[in-house]
Amino acid sequence: MTDIATLRRILGTCKTIAVVGLSPQWHRPSFFAAKYLQGHGYRVVPVNPTASEILGQRCYPSVTAAAQALAAEGVKIDMVDCFRRSEDIPPIADEAIAVGAKCLWMQIGVINEAAAAKALTAGLDVVMDRCVKIEHARLFGGLNWAGVNTRVISARRPQHLPY
Amino acid sequence: MTQDRDYGFGTRAIHAGAVPDPVTGARATPIHQTTSFVFDSAEHAASLFNLQTFGNVYSRISNPTVAVLEERVASLEGGRAALACATGMAAQMTALLAILKAGDHIVAASTLYGGSVGQLGIGFARLGIETTFVDPQDPENFRRAIRSTTRAVYGETLGNPLVNVFDIEPVAKIAHEHGLPLIVDNTVPSPYLCNPFAFGADIVVHSATKYLGGHGTTMAGVIVESGKFDWGSGLAAQKFPEMLEPSRAYHGVKFYETFGDFGYTMKARMEVNRTFGAALSPLNAWLILQGIETLHLRMQAHCRNALRVAEFLGEHPLVSWVHYPGLSNSPHYELAKKQFRSVDGRPGASGILTFGIKSADPAKAGERFIDACEFLSHLANIGDAKTLVIHPASTTHRQLSEEELARAGVRPDMIRLSVGIEEAEDILWDIDQALRQAVR
Repeated sequence: MTDIATLRRILGTCKTIAVVGLSPQWHRPSFFAAKYLQGHGYRVVPVNPTASEILGQRCYPSVTAAAQALAAEGVKIDMVDCFRRSEDIPPIADEAIAVGAKCLWMQIGVINEAAAAKALTAGLDVVMDRCVKIEHARLFGGLNWAGVNTRVISARRPQHLPY
Repeated sequence: MTQDRDYGFGTRAIHAGAVPDPVTGARATPIHQTTSFVFDSAEHAASLFNLQTFGNVYSRISNPTVAVLEERVASLEGGRAALACATGMAAQMTALLAILKAGDHIVAASTLYGGSVGQLGIGFARLGIETTFVDPQDPENFRRAIRSTTRAVYGETLGNPLVNVFDIEPVAKIAHEHGLPLIVDNTVPSPYLCNPFAFGADIVVHSATKYLGGHGTTMAGVIVESGKFDWGSGLAAQKFPEMLEPSRAYHGVKFYETFGDFGYTMKARMEVNRTFGAALSPLNAWLILQGIETLHLRMQAHCRNALRVAEFLGEHPLVSWVHYPGLSNSPHYELAKKQFRSVDGRPGASGILTFGIKSADPAKAGERFIDACEFLSHLANIGDAKTLVIHPASTTHRQLSEEELARAGVRPDMIRLSVGIEEAEDILWDIDQALRQAVR
């Protein structure tokens, strides 16, 4: 269970996010999450070998291909966010390590302890079985809109508008 | 990596859901008395309607003040998410309609609050949803009543007016064996005394009108989801395909896949509360929030006073019987000890108790007792800071024959007290003088 301070640091420092398994269909959870991230100032880099463009962004067949293309702009991938089956994670984790990502994020229901351990050893932050959109909304406001128990107790005025 | 602090009940009762206002810095929760919220752009509006961006559209769906109440009750119950409704009855209806349709079936405790028996037994029957009421004393009665069409199991942690304690754990186990959620009305203990999720319940409903608000001023209801029921597992997936398939009622959204452990709450919000419209007003949400800030203190006081009153009545020469699960001779004492938080080393059994008067005509004596009370309020509510008193046989259950009263568990001489938080000595004084007048 990743604590609130760590999640705030990850979501506050990772600005370019490769979304692996991003679907071009609007009603898919990956599309929801990526669109939300775009709306909150993140650069979403779609990774999906079956699409050419999603959410107005060029789509790449792999994390490695995406990292190479972004390198030409002088941009690095900060986070690799995985909408893939748990068993498909190890090679994606290897790519995340190889391209120098700071965080390997596995979405709700995606759990691969071996890949997590490997990424941790390589110095990455690892978040598992969580939704990046839900966690962002939980910690930076917005999720309480839906009556969700955010577990945030604080007397500090939030420095971000929730929506 | 550090651990997030596990805040205590009293801290959460005051803080959960209510960080300072990001725009003004206001520390108290603002009352957002508005029907609607502006869209930044056509694109923003579309994202909101598609649920891709969290945000408010219309106060029938969500409202920032109401959301604070929702999060607070979710936190106090140890749940994942909550939805507030106009009343407790609306919360119960919304909780059930989120997963039930015509042809479905409910198994419920026969000892439910009369209004709930009416909603399920008559109101839902008119919609083609049938309920079988079973004696909750034997958990196996629930198993025996489950059919292939059953979609929910329903009970009350503390029955009203019978003050019977519901054995949550075995009934939850039976429900889960059949891929069904156990829904529990936790109004009478309030989240301070009991958290049904800790014993395996999946959904909790509250009439916040009672102890949560605590002052008899405001109607409200809340539904809380534990986030632990797996709607996608084999049996549940067969029984609740609407949790998994694209919603016909809302834009083809797949609620469980998209929102995971708060998918049920989102479904109840978007498919039921949005279209049936039993939404809570922001002002009422705020009044309930004010009440909740002292819930932990009030519940301790209710429990202490109720135990004093129960012990006093148990020794009173004019009293023939007393029912209070906090009394060690109550048949419900052991279960109360298991499920309810301890107050002063005794199971905190909330503020409701019932008793009968020794008299040749105990029903008549009951009526006379009520009329003789000086400051105990004669009205049909519970969970007020004031002590409330009612004689069900001559009021709420007046239409029933003696035989029907017996079946409902309401004895003709039963007086129900909702013990308030006035000075205990004064409550005892008023009861004593009214008892004397009742038998004169």
